[in-house]
This record gives sequence, structure tokens and C-alpha cells, in this order.
Amino acid sequence: MKSYDVIIIGGGVVGCMTARALSRYRLDVLLIEKESDIGMGASSANSAIIHAGHDPIPGTLKAEMNRLGNPMWDQLSRDLDIPFKRTGAYVVAVGPEEQAALEGLLQRGRENRVECEIISGEEMRRREPKVNPEVSGALYTPTAGLVDTFAACLAPLENAVMNGVEVMTETEFQGFIRSGRQITGIHTNRGDIACRWVINAAGVHSDEVMHLAGEREDFHITPRKGEYLILDGAEFKLDNILFPVPSAVSKGILVLGSTHGNVVVGPNSVADPDKEDTAVTPAGLEEVWSGARKLVPELNPRAVIAVFAGLRATGNAPTRAPGVTYSHDFIIEIAQEVDGLINLAGIESPGLTSAPAIAERVVELLRGAGETMQEKPDWNPIRRARPRFSQLSRQEQAELVRRDPRYGRVVCRCETVTEGEIVAEIHAPVPARTYDAIKRRTWTGTGRCQGAFDLPRVVDILSRELGIPVTEVTKKGRGSAFLVRPTKEVEA
Amino acid sequence: MSDAKQYDVVVIGSGPGGLAAAISAKKTGADRVLIIERDVEPGGILLQCIHNGFGVEVFKQDLPGPAYAQRFIDEAFQVGVEFMLDTMVLEITRERRITAVSRKHGFVELQARAVVLAMGCRERTRAQIRLPGYRPAGVYTAGTAQRWVNVEGYMPGKRFVILGSGDIGMIMARRLTYEGAKVERVLEVMPYLSGLTRNYVQCLLDNDIELQLRHTVRRILGKNRVEAVEAVAVDEQMNYIPGTEEIIPCDTLLLSVGLIPENELSRQAGVAIDPITGGPFVDDSFQTSVPGIFSAGNVVHVYDLVDWVTEAGLTAGKSAARLVRSGLAAGDGPALPLKAGENVRYVVPHTLRPDHLADGDIRVQLRVRQPLERPVWVELRSGDKLLHRKGEPYARPGEMITLPVRPNLMDELKAAGELTVAVVAR
Repeated sequence: MKSYDVIIIGGGVVGCMTARALSRYRLDVLLIEKESDIGMGASSANSAIIHAGHDPIPGTLKAEMNRLGNPMWDQLSRDLDIPFKRTGAYVVAVGPEEQAALEGLLQRGRENRVECEIISGEEMRRREPKVNPEVSGALYTPTAGLVDTFAACLAPLENAVMNGVEVMTETEFQGFIRSGRQITGIHTNRGDIACRWVINAAGVHSDEVMHLAGEREDFHITPRKGEYLILDGAEFKLDNILFPVPSAVSKGILVLGSTHGNVVVGPNSVADPDKEDTAVTPAGLEEVWSGARKLVPELNPRAVIAVFAGLRATGNAPTRAPGVTYSHDFIIEIAQEVDGLINLAGIESPGLTSAPAIAERVVELLRGAGETMQEKPDWNPIRRARPRFSQLSRQEQAELVRRDPRYGRVVCRCETVTEGEIVAEIHAPVPARTYDAIKRRTWTGTGRCQGAFDLPRVVDILSRELGIPVTEVTKKGRGSAFLVRPTKEVEA
Repeated sequence: MSDAKQYDVVVIGSGPGGLAAAISAKKTGADRVLIIERDVEPGGILLQCIHNGFGVEVFKQDLPGPAYAQRFIDEAFQVGVEFMLDTMVLEITRERRITAVSRKHGFVELQARAVVLAMGCRERTRAQIRLPGYRPAGVYTAGTAQRWVNVEGYMPGKRFVILGSGDIGMIMARRLTYEGAKVERVLEVMPYLSGLTRNYVQCLLDNDIELQLRHTVRRILGKNRVEAVEAVAVDEQMNYIPGTEEIIPCDTLLLSVGLIPENELSRQAGVAIDPITGGPFVDDSFQTSVPGIFSAGNVVHVYDLVDWVTEAGLTAGKSAARLVRSGLAAGDGPALPLKAGENVRYVVPHTLRPDHLADGDIRVQLRVRQPLERPVWVELRSGDKLLHRKGEPYARPGEMITLPVRPNLMDELKAAGELTVAVVAR
């Protein structure tokens, strides 16, 4: 049986950041992911915001991790080539009631030691002319930013792999192997794997994982679904992040210009007990649309090019700090009932922002538990993104094509993605093996035609590069093949 | 890269519109004529249209798509049109400087004296109709399925539901049936067919495939692969009618919900786009708002017969070559605006120069807003004055109407102001 020091369950942003943080030390680390690719859950289906941190209740782990995580993104994005920009964000108030609520938010922001200020409605309209003309004022948080969410998972994990971490996809955790209190390994659909530590970063399933260790039986995740619409940046442009005044349960339906140039609107918030339910509903989309129109009335429905939904891993963990009443906090702790388990659970927003801080907290927890955490002398913190043809200058494009003619064949016309880019992703440190994996990495098929042009071409490339028949090329792993049989082979 | 190659006419796209434009430009006397095509062989979407129905107007012959294309490909080579295949145009400027890239030719910069845009159209997709549900494998546009079945030789499913009664969808319903698949249903949200009646008869009726008008897909079931769709009836306001939901088991949903002219390059070049057609504003020589840039075929508006695409290409190519040879811009006399009147959704061209009637007919083409299932007049008017009319047995949004304007109208038109086209009951 293969043996590791640490197994991380879950290839979301928390798992991937943790893998990278641990790759710095002399530890054998394995990350397992039940899906065919990393970052397929909430980590990539969210608003992509690096939150300033004004919103969480002061004294909660959410507030602390947000405060610690936010400033880490500058260095991280440079070291790992993650598209990131500190744009600042606005909480936009319409009418006297909302205007009054801004004061409360400003107070909370200051308690959280977050830079923020209230600006007038006039100033808001000046900074974002497309905002609702009835805006009465806004809370401005200059440290908020936007990140490419999938790159925020892929880049740290690739860096981890460069530094010796192993990754297994389509590998599902099924239970712990224990010797008394000590965890000695895990059962998976691919057999048993030995380890000394398990890090539970299983997202919406993190409660089930800890329950299998007898830990926190009263902790439950009740996912809340958030639905989004994407608008074509060529049809409608917006350069800011606009939040409404928040409700008790969520930050509300926002409108933002993404790092990719498209405009994203959403999410709503629907409690949904089904942990795999990422289906988009007509009512949900309607809710998102009318919410977004409140912030930016001129949004054009004809510009919508895609819809998606993500699940927030909302837990019911009370904050442990004295004097703080809050019941949906993060869990970042060593388990009490067994030895060798760290739980990272209930990581909903601001989880993406917090992920690098959570990863560092894991290092501290391991050190506190007696691990020596010796640094590798040859640890390389730098990971470079592979070239994106569409983002290069004409001269750089020409140079790339000269070096490798495969960059001269455009496979996705809307996003101008080339064969060279797709082939590079298939053979990358964390390889893309499905159509959706290619799509997440290169933006193939995300444009106006939504894959109608590139799909048969990408299927051919995957078949060729992976050495499998086209009928075995899938959209997102087992059970999602595109093609069923050659023509003329009619079944009896 | 600074010494860009010079061409008289560069045509973007080698579908029927592009091929016709290049051939006619060459025949009209343009010197160097180049077609840039992103696929590995010329012909465009015709290559995957292996059914017949092509050429009835142009050749008075009923040909399959590839055979129709081949006639023009052969002629293009014969007259000396140059080809650059497997090459994607990245940018066209107002000054007609073209940047393209390919595996074989690398990075290419060209200067054209005239450009003909012939990029065709693309299919509307699931997102544009905001179809809810998961995102499993098994949701494809009808054209993607057509490429897989007809060009690559693979079946994308076993049991199909087709959303939309567009022509490609109906043609694929027949094709898939012939290949041993079961097509459960064709759903059309409108109260009328969106494609040609002949396709309804030959593809659906003849194969016992049910068409349900005023029905749509409410939801897609299945997480990894489509397992079923939920169909539902809609009322006049397009609202779902409760109680009419029906789960139809299937493994594939094909979308045939319309086509949109492909004009990203045109926009880059500063060409003004008509929001109704989705294509450039054009005059009767198919010149766009940018002098020296012409456009032809489905990139202008979506046709239902390839023959008309060819005709448009011939006109555009001829006009481009004349411009190059004589330096004459959009034409001679003043241009009259041509507007959509009663029950007309749009009309092409957008302007008309009566002087051009000296060369022969000008073809005015239009689509109606509402079906009229009785004899109609298609009328060309100037203010209240009826200039010309033509009878049709009926008018349907799915079937384009052509109104030829004859040279004998030249003098009357020269005296006219703004023109409108209307379709009214007889």
C-alpha cells in the first residue's frame, strides 16, 4: 500500500492552496479529488471576488481569515501567475433605508480593520456611469479585487506538483482506516492508501467526512445554491464590482466585470439539501436578473451568453471566540475525537479570499501537533502560466507560432484559443483530460458560440493526445462521453 | 511583418458566398484574388450538408451540398483564385489590412484593395435561450451533430429530442433516423414552423417524427449525460402552461433555435451592424458602411436557400472588382433608403441606387413578422405611392421573400424618396 505523510481530500481552492503550502516541507503529500478535474465545485462557481473583509461579523474565523488572506493575493498572483486585479468594490445603496445601512457596514468594516469609506451617490455615478441613477451613496472598499477562480485552484496545485505533491482525480474518499485513535489511512474507490494525516477539504461533503471519524456529529452543511448569468463583454462592458446592501443571509446579487472581460451577475441564495444540485432554474435566473437590474438598469438580456450555478458550503459551526454570536463560521482545526485529522469545513464566502491564509493555518496546526515541518532547500515557489495566444501582442503571437506552429491553428474562434494551448494543457503538471477541463483552463467554448464550432475539434485533439478512441472522450469524466458509436454500426 | 502582401480582393470564408464572390471578382477583372478559409478545405458548411436541395434556382438541378460546393471550388481554381486554407483571420482594419494566422503559413499580414466578408453564420446556443438544468454531455447544436455524423462518422446519441424547427434540425432528424437513432420529438416554441415547409414534409412527416408547436424544453435532466428533457406547452405570451409538463426520456438534445450572422471581424473593422438582421448595413452592391469592405451571404442576413447566397456573392464580388478597377466608390447616383414596412421584419439591401438598375435586376429580400396563410401582395412603395408589387401564395417568417426590382423602374425610382416594402393580404 502506497504511504503518505498527508492526504488532502478535495481539489477545491482550499485543498489546492493547502497542497502548495505543504509542498514547502519535507512531507509526502497526496491530494485526491472525486471528480475528473480539480476546481469543479464551489471554488470555480462563485463571484471570483477577493473580498476586502468588511462584511464578516468581527471576531469570527471568517473575519480573521479574510483579513489575513486578502493581502496575500498580490504575492501569490505574482509567484503563481494567477490573473488578479485589485479593483476595489462598492456596496451600492438605493433609498434612505439602504443608505442608513451603509453606516452599519462602515462600522463593521472598521472593526474588522478594513480600509473603507462612504461616498456620495453623485460620486458613485461619476465612478460608474452605468449604476442605477437613483443611487443614494456607496461604501467603497479599495482592497477588494477580482481573481480568475479556476487559476486560483490550478496554479497552486501545479506549483505543489512541481514540488513533489501527487494528485489523483476520480478518486473518492470512502472511509478512514484507524489504529485506535490514530488515523493510518483511507479507503477509496481506487483502493486503500496509508497516511499519518488527513486534511478534510471536502467542501460541501466536509461534514460527512468528519462524521466518519466521529467528529462533530452536530455539524451539518446545508448548501445554498447561487445562480449566475454571464454577459458577453463585447456586448456590455463594466469595470467595477457592485454589491447591493446585504441581507442577513448573503451579500446579495452583484454585478461585476470579470478578469476575463465578461460581465457576471449573481448570485441568488437558495437553500438546497442536495449537495450535487448545480442545476440552474428559470425562477432563479429571473431572480438574479431582476436583482442585477436594480444595480445596473441597462443590462441587456441579449448579451447573456452563459448561465451557471454553484453551491456554497454553508455550515452551522458556532464561532468559538467569547462574546461573538455567529453560527455559520469556518471550521479550521485539529479533530478532537481522532488523531491525524484536520478539518477545513463550512468554508463558504469569503473562502476563496481566505484560502491562502487557511493553508498557512494548516501548517501552524501541524507544527503545533509536533510535526517538524522541515523546509525543502530546493522548494520553488514560482509557477508560470502557459501562454494564452489571445492575450499576447501581435509580435509575441508571431514569435510563438514560429516556435511551435500548433499555436497557429485557432480551434476556438470566439475566444481565439489555439491547438498549441490545448495540447499544452493536456500535458501539463495537472493534466486536462476532459473537454470541460480544457474549457476551464483555456476558455475554449466559453464565448458566443458556446462550443458549437470547437467541440468536434477539441474532441479530436483529446483523442489523439490521450491515445483513446473519440467515443471515450468525455465532457467531465465517467458517464459523460460525447459520442456513442461510429455511424453504420447500427445495434441489432 | 511590415511588408504586407498586396491583393486586389481578399474574401474571408470559402462557403458558397465567398466562393461566388471570389470567382466573380476574378471574372470582373480583379487581378489577385485570395480566399482565406479557416477550415482545412474550401466549401464551408456545405461540406457537411450531404442532403440534397441545393442548386434548384442556380443550376435548375437538385444537388447535395458538397457537389454544389465542388462546382464553385473547381471554377475558383480554374479562374485563378488563390486560397489560404486552415488559416484564421484575427483582425481586419478599416484600411483593409488583414492579420491572419495558420499552422502552415504562420503569422500573415495582407493588404487588400477590397475585402468581401463571407464568414457565414453561427447557430444560436443553449445559453442564448437560457435553458435551465445541469450541463451534461448530450446537448449539441444541430450543426455540431451534423458535422459529427456526416463528416467525422460518429453518432452523438441514440434517442434525440430536437428543440426548434430550424432547417438543420429537421434535416438532422431525418439523417439521425436513417443512421438508426430514434428521434422522439421536435419541439417548436412558436405557433409556426421556423424552417422550410419542404423540410417539414420530407424530413419529419415522411419519417413519422412528431412536431409539437407552442412547446419548449423547460429543463434538462441528467448530470453527466442527458437522461431526459421536460417539455412544456407555452401560451401566447410564451409563459409555461402548468399541467402540460411531460418528461421525454432521451440521451441527446439538439438545438435548432436559429442562426446569427457571424460579424465579430466586421465589427472590428468598424462596419455598422443592423441590430435586426445581425449583419452589416449594405447597399445593393453589398458594400458595407466602410468603403471597400463588402459582405455577402449569411453574414449579411440568414438565407434559407444556398442559391440566393451564391447570387449575393456574385454581386458582391463583381462590385468589389469594379471598385478596385475603376476606383468608383459605392456607385453613381444617390442611394435611396429602403425600409421595412407593414408586416416586414427586415429588408435587404438597406439602400438602393436606381442607377444600378442599368446592370439588371436588383433583388430585394425580406422576411415577414407574422405568417399570412393566404395570397399576399409584396409591395414596394415610396410614401403612399405603390411603385411595384408581386403576388405570393402565402407569407411565412421561415421563408424569405424575394422581390426583383426591374430596370424599367429606374426613372420612377430616381424621382422617389424613401422606399418601403410591405406585405399585405390580397
